[in-house]
Amino acid sequence: MDLAWMAWTTPTAIFFSLIALMLIGMTVWAIIKPQAPRRGILRIETTPGDRLFISLLGSAFICLLWLSLFGSPLWWALVFCACFMVSVFKWV
Amino acid sequence: MTKPINQRAWFLVLPVLILVAFSAVIPLMTVVNYAFQDSFGNNEFFWVGFEWFEEILRSERVHDALGRQILFTLIILVIEIPLGVFVALHMPRKSGTWTSICLVLLALPLLIPWNVVGTIWQIFGRVDIGLLGYILSSLGFDYNYTQDSFDAWVTIIIMDVWHWTSLVVLLSYAGLRSIPDAYYQAAKIDQASRWSIFRHIELPKMKNVLLIAILLRFMDSFMIYTEPFVVTGGGPGNATTFLSIDLVKMAIGQFDLGPAAAFSIIYFLVILLVCWVFYTVMMNTGKVDG
Repeated sequence: MDLAWMAWTTPTAIFFSLIALMLIGMTVWAIIKPQAPRRGILRIETTPGDRLFISLLGSAFICLLWLSLFGSPLWWALVFCACFMVSVFKWV
Repeated sequence: MTKPINQRAWFLVLPVLILVAFSAVIPLMTVVNYAFQDSFGNNEFFWVGFEWFEEILRSERVHDALGRQILFTLIILVIEIPLGVFVALHMPRKSGTWTSICLVLLALPLLIPWNVVGTIWQIFGRVDIGLLGYILSSLGFDYNYTQDSFDAWVTIIIMDVWHWTSLVVLLSYAGLRSIPDAYYQAAKIDQASRWSIFRHIELPKMKNVLLIAILLRFMDSFMIYTEPFVVTGGGPGNATTFLSIDLVKMAIGQFDLGPAAAFSIIYFLVILLVCWVFYTVMMNTGKVDG
Protein backbone atom coordinates (compact mmCIF):
# COMPACT_ATOMS: atom_id res chain seq x y z
CA MET A 1 0.00 0.00 0.00
CA ASP A 2 1.46 3.34 -1.05
CA LEU A 3 1.22 5.83 1.80
CA ALA A 4 3.37 8.54 0.18
CA TRP A 5 0.38 10.91 0.09
CA MET A 6 0.28 10.86 3.89
CA ALA A 7 3.84 12.26 3.95
CA TRP A 8 4.97 10.11 6.88
CA THR A 9 8.20 10.96 8.70
CA THR A 10 10.00 8.99 11.40
CA PRO A 11 9.33 11.53 14.22
CA THR A 12 5.59 11.79 13.47
CA ALA A 13 5.35 7.99 13.15
CA ILE A 14 7.05 7.62 16.56
CA PHE A 15 4.68 10.26 18.01
CA PHE A 16 1.54 8.44 16.80
CA SER A 17 2.95 5.03 17.80
CA LEU A 18 3.53 6.34 21.34
CA ILE A 19 -0.05 7.63 21.54
CA ALA A 20 -1.38 4.30 20.20
CA LEU A 21 0.79 2.41 22.72
CA MET A 22 -0.53 4.60 25.54
CA LEU A 23 -4.14 3.91 24.50
CA ILE A 24 -3.50 0.16 24.21
CA GLY A 25 -1.67 0.16 27.55
CA MET A 26 -4.49 2.04 29.26
CA THR A 27 -7.09 -0.34 27.75
CA VAL A 28 -5.18 -3.41 28.96
CA TRP A 29 -4.73 -1.78 32.38
CA ALA A 30 -8.48 -1.05 32.58
CA ILE A 31 -9.30 -4.69 31.67
CA ILE A 32 -6.83 -6.22 34.11
CA LYS A 33 -7.56 -3.84 36.94
CA PRO A 34 -10.82 -1.87 36.49
CA GLN A 35 -10.70 1.36 38.45
CA ALA A 36 -13.44 3.42 40.00
CA PRO A 37 -13.81 7.03 38.86
CA ARG A 38 -12.57 9.47 41.48
CA ARG A 39 -12.86 13.14 42.31
CA GLY A 40 -9.65 15.12 42.48
CA ILE A 41 -8.75 18.79 42.79
CA LEU A 42 -10.91 19.73 39.79
CA ARG A 43 -13.95 18.29 41.66
CA ILE A 44 -14.99 16.32 38.59
CA GLU A 45 -15.25 12.54 38.26
CA THR A 46 -12.36 11.17 36.20
CA THR A 47 -11.39 7.70 35.03
CA PRO A 48 -7.75 6.91 34.11
CA GLY A 49 -8.76 7.43 30.45
CA ASP A 50 -10.05 10.92 31.27
CA ARG A 51 -6.81 11.70 33.05
CA LEU A 52 -4.80 10.55 30.02
CA PHE A 53 -6.93 12.80 27.79
CA ILE A 54 -6.45 15.79 30.13
CA SER A 55 -2.71 15.09 30.25
CA LEU A 56 -2.34 14.90 26.46
CA LEU A 57 -4.48 17.96 25.80
CA GLY A 58 -2.73 19.97 28.53
CA SER A 59 0.68 18.85 27.21
CA ALA A 60 -0.25 20.03 23.72
CA PHE A 61 -1.06 23.49 25.10
CA ILE A 62 2.14 23.57 27.20
CA CYS A 63 4.14 22.86 24.02
CA LEU A 64 2.24 25.53 22.06
CA LEU A 65 2.81 28.08 24.83
CA TRP A 66 6.51 27.21 24.91
CA LEU A 67 6.80 27.55 21.13
CA SER A 68 5.09 30.94 21.13
CA LEU A 69 7.25 32.25 24.00
CA PHE A 70 10.66 30.65 23.45
CA GLY A 71 10.51 28.70 20.17
CA SER A 72 12.08 25.30 19.59
CA PRO A 73 13.63 23.04 20.88
CA LEU A 74 10.96 21.69 23.17
CA TRP A 75 13.05 19.66 25.64
CA TRP A 76 12.21 21.84 28.63
CA ALA A 77 8.57 21.94 27.58
CA LEU A 78 8.59 18.13 27.55
CA VAL A 79 9.92 18.14 31.12
CA PHE A 80 6.99 20.39 32.11
CA CYS A 81 4.61 18.08 30.21
CA ALA A 82 5.93 15.04 32.10
CA CYS A 83 5.47 16.88 35.43
CA PHE A 84 1.97 17.92 34.32
CA MET A 85 1.05 14.32 33.40
CA VAL A 86 2.28 12.97 36.73
CA SER A 87 0.35 15.71 38.58
CA VAL A 88 -2.85 14.98 36.63
CA PHE A 89 -2.64 11.24 37.33
CA LYS A 90 -1.90 11.89 41.00
CA TRP A 91 -4.27 14.71 41.89
CA VAL A 92 -6.97 15.23 39.24
CA MET B 1 -16.69 3.54 47.46
CA THR B 2 -17.80 3.83 43.83
CA LYS B 3 -18.15 0.69 41.73
CA PRO B 4 -15.30 0.20 39.21
CA ILE B 5 -16.37 0.80 35.61
CA ASN B 6 -16.00 -2.15 33.25
CA GLN B 7 -14.57 -0.67 30.05
CA ARG B 8 -14.94 -3.86 27.98
CA ALA B 9 -18.17 -2.55 26.41
CA TRP B 10 -16.00 -0.18 24.37
CA PHE B 11 -15.07 -3.14 22.13
CA LEU B 12 -18.65 -3.04 20.83
CA VAL B 13 -17.96 0.33 19.22
CA LEU B 14 -15.03 -1.02 17.19
CA PRO B 15 -16.94 -0.86 13.85
CA VAL B 16 -17.63 2.84 14.44
CA LEU B 17 -14.00 3.37 15.41
CA ILE B 18 -12.88 1.86 12.10
CA LEU B 19 -15.25 4.17 10.23
CA VAL B 20 -14.04 7.20 12.21
CA ALA B 21 -10.44 6.12 11.55
CA PHE B 22 -10.98 6.46 7.82
CA SER B 23 -13.06 9.63 7.93
CA ALA B 24 -11.21 11.55 10.67
CA VAL B 25 -8.12 9.95 12.19
CA ILE B 26 -6.22 9.24 8.96
CA PRO B 27 -6.84 12.77 7.57
CA LEU B 28 -5.83 14.20 10.97
CA MET B 29 -2.60 12.18 10.94
CA THR B 30 -1.89 13.47 7.43
CA VAL B 31 -2.42 17.05 8.60
CA VAL B 32 0.02 16.44 11.49
CA ASN B 33 2.57 15.06 8.99
CA TYR B 34 2.12 18.11 6.74
CA ALA B 35 2.53 20.49 9.70
CA PHE B 36 6.16 19.48 10.14
CA GLN B 37 7.16 19.65 6.49
CA ASP B 38 7.37 21.99 3.54
CA SER B 39 6.11 20.98 0.14
CA PHE B 40 6.53 22.36 -3.35
CA GLY B 41 4.05 19.92 -4.87
CA ASN B 42 4.73 16.57 -6.58
CA ASN B 43 4.47 14.81 -3.22
CA GLU B 44 7.94 16.04 -2.25
CA PHE B 45 8.28 17.05 1.39
CA PHE B 46 11.10 18.57 3.46
CA TRP B 47 11.31 18.35 7.23
CA VAL B 48 11.10 21.80 8.93
CA GLY B 49 10.40 20.84 12.56
CA PHE B 50 8.28 23.28 14.54
CA GLU B 51 8.89 26.21 12.19
CA TRP B 52 5.27 26.43 10.96
CA PHE B 53 3.89 26.28 14.49
CA GLU B 54 6.17 29.13 15.59
CA GLU B 55 5.18 31.14 12.52
CA ILE B 56 1.46 30.65 13.10
CA LEU B 57 1.64 31.27 16.85
CA ARG B 58 3.47 34.57 16.26
CA SER B 59 1.52 35.62 13.16
CA GLU B 60 -0.34 38.91 13.51
CA ARG B 61 -2.69 37.85 10.73
CA VAL B 62 -3.74 34.76 12.70
CA HIS B 63 -4.02 36.75 15.95
CA ASP B 64 -6.34 39.23 14.21
CA ALA B 65 -8.47 36.43 12.74
CA LEU B 66 -8.65 34.78 16.18
CA GLY B 67 -9.71 38.11 17.76
CA ARG B 68 -12.45 38.56 15.16
CA GLN B 69 -13.54 34.95 15.65
CA ILE B 70 -13.80 35.26 19.44
CA LEU B 71 -15.68 38.57 19.13
CA PHE B 72 -18.09 37.08 16.58
CA THR B 73 -18.74 33.98 18.71
CA LEU B 74 -19.30 36.07 21.86
CA ILE B 75 -21.74 38.41 20.08
CA ILE B 76 -23.61 35.43 18.61
CA LEU B 77 -23.90 33.70 21.99
CA VAL B 78 -24.92 36.91 23.80
CA ILE B 79 -27.72 37.54 21.29
CA GLU B 80 -28.93 34.06 20.37
CA ILE B 81 -29.11 32.38 23.77
CA PRO B 82 -31.24 35.02 25.61
CA LEU B 83 -33.34 35.64 22.48
CA GLY B 84 -33.93 31.91 22.02
CA VAL B 85 -34.98 31.50 25.66
CA PHE B 86 -37.22 34.60 25.42
CA VAL B 87 -39.02 33.26 22.32
CA ALA B 88 -39.38 29.78 23.86
CA LEU B 89 -40.90 31.29 27.00
CA HIS B 90 -43.54 33.07 24.92
CA MET B 91 -44.55 30.05 22.88
CA PRO B 92 -47.80 28.25 23.76
CA ARG B 93 -47.12 25.73 26.51
CA LYS B 94 -49.93 23.37 25.49
CA SER B 95 -49.93 21.35 22.24
CA GLY B 96 -52.18 22.77 19.56
CA THR B 97 -52.35 24.19 16.06
CA TRP B 98 -50.48 27.37 16.98
CA THR B 99 -47.69 25.40 18.61
CA SER B 100 -47.28 23.25 15.49
CA ILE B 101 -47.28 26.33 13.24
CA CYS B 102 -44.69 28.04 15.47
CA LEU B 103 -42.45 24.95 15.48
CA VAL B 104 -42.60 24.52 11.69
CA LEU B 105 -41.88 28.21 11.10
CA LEU B 106 -38.97 28.09 13.54
CA ALA B 107 -37.53 24.97 11.96
CA LEU B 108 -37.53 26.47 8.44
CA PRO B 109 -34.24 28.45 8.66
CA LEU B 110 -32.51 25.34 10.04
CA LEU B 111 -33.43 23.37 6.92
CA ILE B 112 -31.77 25.79 4.51
CA PRO B 113 -28.21 24.88 3.44
CA TRP B 114 -25.47 27.26 4.56
CA ASN B 115 -24.47 28.45 1.10
CA VAL B 116 -28.12 29.19 0.25
CA VAL B 117 -28.46 31.21 3.48
CA GLY B 118 -25.38 33.18 2.45
CA THR B 119 -26.74 33.79 -1.04
CA ILE B 120 -30.15 34.86 0.31
CA TRP B 121 -28.55 37.45 2.60
CA GLN B 122 -26.02 38.55 0.01
CA ILE B 123 -28.88 39.52 -2.30
CA PHE B 124 -31.17 40.69 0.54
CA GLY B 125 -28.56 43.17 1.74
CA ARG B 126 -27.64 44.63 -1.64
CA VAL B 127 -28.54 48.30 -2.00
CA ASP B 128 -29.49 48.02 -5.71
CA ILE B 129 -31.64 44.87 -5.79
CA GLY B 130 -31.97 43.65 -2.16
CA LEU B 131 -35.01 44.45 -0.04
CA LEU B 132 -33.05 45.11 3.16
CA GLY B 133 -30.39 47.24 1.49
CA TYR B 134 -32.96 49.18 -0.52
CA ILE B 135 -35.20 49.91 2.50
CA LEU B 136 -32.24 50.96 4.68
CA SER B 137 -30.86 53.30 2.04
CA SER B 138 -34.38 54.68 1.35
CA LEU B 139 -34.66 55.47 5.07
CA GLY B 140 -31.45 57.49 4.80
CA PHE B 141 -29.00 55.00 6.30
CA ASP B 142 -25.60 54.89 4.65
CA TYR B 143 -25.68 51.07 4.45
CA ASN B 144 -23.36 49.09 2.21
CA TYR B 145 -21.99 45.81 3.50
CA THR B 146 -19.52 45.47 0.63
CA GLN B 147 -17.67 48.67 1.55
CA ASP B 148 -18.26 49.28 5.24
CA SER B 149 -16.80 46.89 7.86
CA PHE B 150 -19.45 47.72 10.46
CA ASP B 151 -22.28 47.07 7.97
CA ALA B 152 -20.65 43.78 6.97
CA TRP B 153 -20.47 42.67 10.61
CA VAL B 154 -24.07 43.70 11.30
CA THR B 155 -25.27 41.80 8.21
CA ILE B 156 -23.39 38.63 9.13
CA ILE B 157 -24.53 38.75 12.75
CA ILE B 158 -28.20 39.31 11.80
CA MET B 159 -27.90 36.49 9.25
CA ASP B 160 -26.53 34.10 11.86
CA VAL B 161 -29.17 35.14 14.40
CA TRP B 162 -31.88 34.53 11.78
CA HIS B 163 -30.39 31.17 10.85
CA TRP B 164 -29.61 29.69 14.26
CA THR B 165 -31.74 31.28 17.00
CA SER B 166 -34.43 28.72 16.10
CA LEU B 167 -32.15 25.93 17.32
CA VAL B 168 -31.88 27.58 20.75
CA VAL B 169 -35.66 28.15 20.77
CA LEU B 170 -36.41 24.52 19.94
CA LEU B 171 -33.99 23.20 22.56
CA SER B 172 -35.26 25.62 25.22
CA TYR B 173 -38.85 24.79 24.34
CA ALA B 174 -38.11 21.08 24.73
CA GLY B 175 -36.64 21.86 28.16
CA LEU B 176 -39.69 23.92 29.13
CA ARG B 177 -42.13 21.23 28.00
CA SER B 178 -40.44 18.72 30.28
CA ILE B 179 -41.38 20.73 33.41
CA PRO B 180 -44.38 19.07 35.13
CA ASP B 181 -47.45 21.27 35.70
CA ALA B 182 -47.21 20.63 39.45
CA TYR B 183 -44.26 23.05 39.61
CA TYR B 184 -46.32 25.86 38.09
CA GLN B 185 -49.27 25.05 40.36
CA ALA B 186 -47.01 25.21 43.43
CA ALA B 187 -45.62 28.54 42.21
CA LYS B 188 -49.19 29.85 41.73
CA ILE B 189 -50.13 28.83 45.30
CA ASP B 190 -47.02 30.64 46.56
CA GLN B 191 -47.98 33.67 44.43
CA ALA B 192 -44.55 33.63 42.84
CA SER B 193 -43.81 36.41 40.36
CA ARG B 194 -43.11 35.68 36.69
CA TRP B 195 -39.40 36.38 37.30
CA SER B 196 -39.31 34.00 40.30
CA ILE B 197 -40.92 31.24 38.22
CA PHE B 198 -38.29 31.75 35.53
CA ARG B 199 -35.39 32.04 37.96
CA HIS B 200 -36.28 29.14 40.28
CA ILE B 201 -38.26 26.72 38.10
CA GLU B 202 -37.72 27.23 34.39
CA LEU B 203 -34.05 28.19 34.28
CA PRO B 204 -32.80 25.29 36.47
CA LYS B 205 -34.89 22.84 34.45
CA MET B 206 -33.54 24.25 31.19
CA LYS B 207 -29.93 24.25 32.37
CA ASN B 208 -28.89 21.05 30.60
CA VAL B 209 -30.49 21.86 27.26
CA LEU B 210 -29.10 25.39 27.45
CA LEU B 211 -25.60 23.99 27.95
CA ILE B 212 -26.10 21.83 24.86
CA ALA B 213 -27.39 24.90 22.97
CA ILE B 214 -24.37 26.96 24.05
CA LEU B 215 -21.99 24.14 23.10
CA LEU B 216 -23.58 23.68 19.67
CA ARG B 217 -23.71 27.40 18.96
CA PHE B 218 -20.16 27.90 20.19
CA MET B 219 -18.75 25.12 18.00
CA ASP B 220 -20.71 26.15 14.96
CA SER B 221 -20.00 29.88 15.22
CA PHE B 222 -16.33 29.25 16.02
CA MET B 223 -15.99 27.17 12.86
CA ILE B 224 -18.24 29.34 10.67
CA TYR B 225 -17.10 29.49 7.06
CA THR B 226 -19.71 29.26 4.32
CA GLU B 227 -22.16 32.04 5.21
CA PRO B 228 -19.64 34.91 5.71
CA PHE B 229 -17.59 33.63 2.78
CA VAL B 230 -20.61 33.78 0.47
CA VAL B 231 -21.83 37.16 1.78
CA THR B 232 -18.61 39.14 2.14
CA GLY B 233 -15.77 36.83 1.03
CA GLY B 234 -13.98 37.85 4.24
CA GLY B 235 -14.10 41.57 3.38
CA PRO B 236 -14.21 44.49 3.13
CA GLY B 237 -10.44 44.17 3.49
CA ASN B 238 -10.08 41.49 6.16
CA ALA B 239 -12.95 42.78 8.34
CA THR B 240 -14.89 39.51 8.31
CA THR B 241 -12.02 37.10 7.74
CA PHE B 242 -12.62 34.58 10.49
CA LEU B 243 -10.30 31.70 11.36
CA SER B 244 -11.72 29.19 8.89
CA ILE B 245 -11.77 31.71 6.03
CA ASP B 246 -8.16 32.64 6.79
CA LEU B 247 -7.22 28.96 6.98
CA VAL B 248 -8.77 28.18 3.59
CA LYS B 249 -7.05 31.23 2.05
CA MET B 250 -3.73 29.96 3.41
CA ALA B 251 -4.23 26.32 2.39
CA ILE B 252 -5.94 26.63 -0.97
CA GLY B 253 -5.41 30.26 -2.00
CA GLN B 254 -1.70 30.45 -1.22
CA PHE B 255 -1.06 26.68 -1.25
CA ASP B 256 0.93 27.02 2.00
CA LEU B 257 0.13 23.48 3.11
CA GLY B 258 2.61 23.35 6.00
CA PRO B 259 1.54 26.56 7.81
CA ALA B 260 -2.12 25.76 7.06
CA ALA B 261 -1.70 22.30 8.61
CA ALA B 262 -0.09 23.81 11.74
CA PHE B 263 -2.92 26.38 11.86
CA SER B 264 -5.50 23.55 11.56
CA ILE B 265 -3.96 21.64 14.47
CA ILE B 266 -3.96 24.70 16.75
CA TYR B 267 -7.54 25.49 15.71
CA PHE B 268 -8.56 21.88 16.38
CA LEU B 269 -6.91 21.89 19.82
CA VAL B 270 -8.71 25.10 20.85
CA ILE B 271 -12.09 23.65 19.82
CA LEU B 272 -11.26 20.34 21.51
CA LEU B 273 -10.40 22.15 24.75
CA VAL B 274 -13.59 24.22 24.80
CA CYS B 275 -15.74 21.19 23.91
CA TRP B 276 -14.11 19.17 26.68
CA VAL B 277 -14.84 21.96 29.18
CA PHE B 278 -18.49 22.11 28.08
CA TYR B 279 -18.81 18.31 28.08
CA THR B 280 -17.32 18.07 31.57
CA VAL B 281 -19.63 20.78 32.86
CA MET B 282 -22.65 19.04 31.30
CA MET B 283 -21.75 15.62 32.67
CA ASN B 284 -21.03 16.96 36.14
CA THR B 285 -23.97 19.34 36.46
CA GLY B 286 -26.20 18.36 39.31
CA LYS B 287 -23.82 15.72 40.70
CA VAL B 288 -23.38 16.08 44.44
CA ASP B 289 -19.84 16.08 45.79
CA GLY B 290 -18.98 12.66 47.22
